[in-house]
Amino acid sequence: MAFVSVILVLVVAFLAGMESVLDQWQFHQPILNCTMIGIVTGHPLEGVILGGTLQLIALGWMNIGAAMAPDAALAGVASAIFVCMKGMDVQEAVAVAIPMAVAGLALTIFVRTITVGIAHAADAAASRGNVGGVEFCHIGALMIQGLRVAIPAGVIMAIPAEAVQAGLEAIPSWITTGLSTAGGFIVVVGYAMVINMMASGKVWPFFFLGFALASLSELGLVALGIIGVVIALVYVQLSPEFNSGGSAGGGGGAGVDPVDAILNDYE
Amino acid sequence: MADEIKQEVDTSIDTADTGEKKIDKSDIKKVWWRSQFLLASFNYERMQNMGVAFSLIPAMRKLYHSKDEISAFLKRHLEFFNTHPYCAAPIFGVEMALEENRANGGEVDDAAIQGVKIGMIGPLAGVGDPIFWGTLRPVLGAFAASLALTGNILGPILFFVIWNLIRMLFIWYTLEFGYEQGASITKNLTGGLLQKITLGASILGMFIMGVLIPRWTSIDMSTVVFSKADMGAVGDKFPDAIAMIGQLNGIVNGEPMGLDVFHNGIQSLQGVVDGGFSIVNDPANYADNPYRLMTTTTLQSVLDQLLPGLLPLLLTFLCIWLLKKHVNPIAIIVGLFAVGILGALVGIF
Repeated sequence: MAFVSVILVLVVAFLAGMESVLDQWQFHQPILNCTMIGIVTGHPLEGVILGGTLQLIALGWMNIGAAMAPDAALAGVASAIFVCMKGMDVQEAVAVAIPMAVAGLALTIFVRTITVGIAHAADAAASRGNVGGVEFCHIGALMIQGLRVAIPAGVIMAIPAEAVQAGLEAIPSWITTGLSTAGGFIVVVGYAMVINMMASGKVWPFFFLGFALASLSELGLVALGIIGVVIALVYVQLSPEFNSGGSAGGGGGAGVDPVDAILNDYE
Repeated sequence: MADEIKQEVDTSIDTADTGEKKIDKSDIKKVWWRSQFLLASFNYERMQNMGVAFSLIPAMRKLYHSKDEISAFLKRHLEFFNTHPYCAAPIFGVEMALEENRANGGEVDDAAIQGVKIGMIGPLAGVGDPIFWGTLRPVLGAFAASLALTGNILGPILFFVIWNLIRMLFIWYTLEFGYEQGASITKNLTGGLLQKITLGASILGMFIMGVLIPRWTSIDMSTVVFSKADMGAVGDKFPDAIAMIGQLNGIVNGEPMGLDVFHNGIQSLQGVVDGGFSIVNDPANYADNPYRLMTTTTLQSVLDQLLPGLLPLLLTFLCIWLLKKHVNPIAIIVGLFAVGILGALVGIF
């Protein structure tokens, strides 16, 4: 039984690791992975309660752009192992979850960096027209993400809880504070990449318009999204470059522009 | 209008009979399944690039057969891509339609295929991140967690079922929608519609980027304190707050509690926060009124008065400039982490 439990916990950890990057089925969310570990170790009640507690802490942890949230996957899996297999109580396990989330973040940053090498292997496969090679690279990277939670989970099961806690406490606070601070602003790299691709002289003013409006806290993101869509529609509708081209196309008579048709309906 | 659409459908059926390559429902289904693995190989160089190629492979198998065509297809879909993982579905739909047009010798070229991708990722990330990560998951998570805290297994089960139902249906319908819209776009390329959409998407994208940079980036410089000023005892300006503290002490000593005292006290504390004050307990210097009202001038409060979101904006421009100088994005990311750790070491974060 114990052996089967260990194997099943490793499976859950692997799923959580894969989901921490995919963000689809949500097995990396503590409410799911703690519950699952609770069930496979025969402590479903503890698992569910721990999962709910950690979920409330992790509500705002999300990956935006290139920004990285603390890693809910390792935090949930590790604390569930402590509670369900090592008899730690829920409050203690919650305290351990935070440094675990930071450790998990460091690990996934490492994996996402070495995946750059895998991307170059995929380029090479693509230039040979090797479809299977590209697929292998893609799924291989996913397996590494699974292992980056499964392997620490195995280590945590194998060594005493005190040793893990001592190891985590040995990490100086300026490293954890620094990592989480940088995690808050590293997002700008992703934004800068997207801006570099979209930006031209014509569209830069809209960037500053958005920036200025963002300081009005009364305007939610949906309202700002509506403003953005309206501005884009009106600009495209009035822009002289399209209107001269549009009248020439209209003279041909064949292609009635569907967007124009829709917009005309509103007039 | 309805007649027009019908005509279009008729012609597409006709052309299918004449041996044109056509993406069908089963191809869309395969792309739907694969797109759920979009993020598997996320990397700091081109982010979701392998995921795009991986997701679109079923469409490629239908459209292209020679080794050169396959190689070219894979290469043009291994370019930089990064958006919300569910909102990538409509982009894949449009891309399938564009590739279909290209494979049949249509007017769509590589630049159009790239342009549409780049034009759409920004706005869709701007829509998907706040909706799914910022709203739906916290709401559903909080609801499920409140059930789970009582030991109710329905919490996790409902979370799993509701989330995945919404997610899978969203991806399916937006993928189909993107494909249908893409197919109608390719029929009207002469009207400049593609350029209009690309420009409109860039405008929306830049606008949303301008919004998200100050809102979603957190740089807090309030640890850097310029000056602290004692503005007198808390009780002078906010007597209700002191009354509440007295009440709290009373409860500890077993006295009954008065709800209205708490109500007024909390409102009073809100006034303290809104006024930009903080409260310090200083019995050593002020024995009579130990709770002192402080105004703290920090680097952050000065910057906020100047222009909210100034630091994220400057940092973004620095990154844009570095990327234009062909500095490797990984180097920038490592550098930013170094700044964070060094900043924490010297105590500015």
